[in-house]
Amino acid sequence: MSELNKIKQDHRRFKQIVRGKIKRNLRKYMSQGEITGRQGKDVVKVPLPRIDIPRFRFSQKQQGGVGQGDGEVGDSLGQGEEKPGEPGEAGNQEGEHGVEVDVSLEELAEIMGEELELPNIEPKGVKRLETIRDRYSGIRRTGPESLRHFKRTYQSALKRMIATGTYDPDDPVIVPIKDDMRYRSWKETSLPESNALIVYMMDVSGSMGDEQKEIVRIESFWIDTWLRSQYKGIESRYLIHDATAREVDRDTFFRTRESGGTMISSAYKLANQILEEEYAIDEWNVYLFHFSDGDNWSVDDTSECMKLLDGGLLPRSNLFCYGQVESPYGSGQFIKDVLQKFEDHERVTTSEIKNRDAIYDSIKEFLGKGL
Amino acid sequence: MKPIPPHLRDIITEIREVAVDFGLDFFETIFEMVDYKQMNEIASYGGFPTRYPHWRFGMEYEQLSKGYEYGLSKIYEMVVNNDPAYAYLLEGNNLVDQKTVIAHVYAHVDFFKNNYYFSKTNRRMVDEMANHGARIRRYVDRQGIEKVEDFIDTCLSIDNLIDYHSPFIERRGEELDPEELRHREVPKFKAKEYMDEFINPEEFIEEQKKKLAKEAEQAKNFPRRPERDVMLFLLEHAPLERWEADVLSIMREEAYYFAPQGQTKIMNEGWASYWHSKILTTRILDDSEIIDFADINSRVLSSSKGQLNPYKLGVALFRDIEDRWNKGKFGKEWDEVDDLERRDSWDKELGLGQEQIFRVRKLYNDVTFIDEFLTEDFAAQSKMFTYGYNRKSGHWEIESREFDQIKEKLLRSLTNFGQPFIYVRDANFQNRTELLLHHKYEGTELRADYAREVLKALHRLWKRPVNIETVRDDKGMLLTYDGDEHSEKARDYERISV
Repeated sequence: MSELNKIKQDHRRFKQIVRGKIKRNLRKYMSQGEITGRQGKDVVKVPLPRIDIPRFRFSQKQQGGVGQGDGEVGDSLGQGEEKPGEPGEAGNQEGEHGVEVDVSLEELAEIMGEELELPNIEPKGVKRLETIRDRYSGIRRTGPESLRHFKRTYQSALKRMIATGTYDPDDPVIVPIKDDMRYRSWKETSLPESNALIVYMMDVSGSMGDEQKEIVRIESFWIDTWLRSQYKGIESRYLIHDATAREVDRDTFFRTRESGGTMISSAYKLANQILEEEYAIDEWNVYLFHFSDGDNWSVDDTSECMKLLDGGLLPRSNLFCYGQVESPYGSGQFIKDVLQKFEDHERVTTSEIKNRDAIYDSIKEFLGKGL
Repeated sequence: MKPIPPHLRDIITEIREVAVDFGLDFFETIFEMVDYKQMNEIASYGGFPTRYPHWRFGMEYEQLSKGYEYGLSKIYEMVVNNDPAYAYLLEGNNLVDQKTVIAHVYAHVDFFKNNYYFSKTNRRMVDEMANHGARIRRYVDRQGIEKVEDFIDTCLSIDNLIDYHSPFIERRGEELDPEELRHREVPKFKAKEYMDEFINPEEFIEEQKKKLAKEAEQAKNFPRRPERDVMLFLLEHAPLERWEADVLSIMREEAYYFAPQGQTKIMNEGWASYWHSKILTTRILDDSEIIDFADINSRVLSSSKGQLNPYKLGVALFRDIEDRWNKGKFGKEWDEVDDLERRDSWDKELGLGQEQIFRVRKLYNDVTFIDEFLTEDFAAQSKMFTYGYNRKSGHWEIESREFDQIKEKLLRSLTNFGQPFIYVRDANFQNRTELLLHHKYEGTELRADYAREVLKALHRLWKRPVNIETVRDDKGMLLTYDGDEHSEKARDYERISV
């Protein structure tokens, strides 16, 4: 009487609805960092408000209720929006609280791609990294006996015998003829194994506040999610800089707060060095992201940066993205300098991120080229 | 689904005999053994595996499965009000758990069979649900899942707007008045016969007749009295396609079927817990099992801080009733005793306890149960209190331990499932076939965001602007949705007699 299939269908419908909701609210999720905070290994928890059925009901805060236990009048039972107890309200099962749904990162990337209309990335021509595998996934009518598919052969023989009326249920002997024979066949599938490297660089000088870093954190999460869906092997490196640059792990990257001046060139130098030493130019798809508030130490340093970009970084990478986070202290000059020099460069993208709401559009600018 | 293993089969027979011995009277009950996945699935469908397809069952399933996988919750039992009743046992539960569940189930089925509020429910609901499922699946094939599911969502938004007492009462009286109005004579001016056609010219009479007819038409309220069963009203009068009407009627039928379970939550669970304890501890368990039983029983009856557990409240009240009727702690004589010591030692040795609790399970629902049997002594003993939200501190706080307030608040939360009373007041509102609903305001406002969504759902059914009159911040209010946007305006709130 129970068909597990049935609940699977309803479950799938539920997932579809969830997906639709995420899609519609993507901009909101992208700006709030709700998702990034709840990341597991392969899944994220997406809090969905109100997926229940709306009905006429009382406004909660006026209602209160009856409870049981110790305590004096005036004692607190708990804080916040949720009601502590819900006696007797039994008629409808749907809970008041929002639901938390697990969504795989892969699916999230897919949703993101659809909603932001991100083009799939064309990896750099690294054909030689393709691996070719044989897979026995097809059936054909000829082949060596060692690959004979017994079940399929039997089936077609049975089909033929029933069709021609030679099948006798009392004496169910099946005799296959040559036409009935079925053999396994293989297909060559080539798996492109393009590798990608993402280098995140962030300005952690005194002028980058917590809010600015949070924006960078959220934005890099989404960039990461998208690029991971596009490449199989992906590596991330994290560089922070103020007047000097150093490489750190992911965790430190988002947490460190230094103070002091800003020499952007220090980061570019370090990045250039890493690329030169560790990543062969024709094997890696390199993505460079640099976030800063646009306040560089000196004009000299800025021109040093341009040189580094022009001479080392740009030729080695698929994409260089410069995101300028607005901060109350920064002058915001750097983006103008970058644009002045590279406005028409196809592999340079800049974006000004005024606040969290701008993350959505910024990502669109960064990844919209499909490079 | 697996057959019940022989040793459990024997236990079922044994418990069944004990239950009959105690006077429980139930439908034939069919037990089936399921694993936790199946249990979660069946529970997602509210006990009916053949139910129509809908995403919310999938959501339910996801939540139950997660709860189980994370070890947070586990459904022990599931029983379906049907004749024969179906009950599901969870594979892998220990024996004492199974025994508890079996006894619990028999008491539930006794309650289904005998409680007055269940008397009108369909006892062939398992078949009926399968039938509903088949019908809805057919509509899905024709109309597409999106369309049908959206429509189901719409229906579910109003599935609490039914008249919970209507199965028992004939609501609709004679309706001859409009006809009578229409046949009213036009009053004529007095005139001698030969002057009549000049003083009362025919055109004038015709005109007057038309006017009267129009008046009759307008005076004819529609609906004639405020209609509690909004679902029924829409079913009969909203411009629905045939499949839509059928889906709406299915949703309404299921709402009525589930209603008594909501109306008797405290009693039903209390009754079942009362009996599983009694049956197991007096007749079934041996000494070695008592600890396990105490363990599961305490889990069933536990309440987290400050919460009221319906199982616990129900069972405690049943025990209190039994005790009071055994000792004669009721009636005028008892009420007049105010000497504490005498109250404590009062025992007239009437032994009416059992008889009384069986009578109570037959005739009462949660509201009348609490109203009649929740006593001041009981409330004090079980440390009940009322709580409310303190806007200033942002905390939920204990408000009072006064008996009157506790009772009032508890009753209010149970009456109509603690949901607002809504009526169809006028289906030709502003003479523009707009729908006007009336919220019977009793001190608690409607939740605004939900109300807006429900208005949208109503508009999908009615297809003309929909309105609801209610009160906010002590002022009358009219909420409107015209198909494009929501609007609100002040409106004198007058109570309607219903």
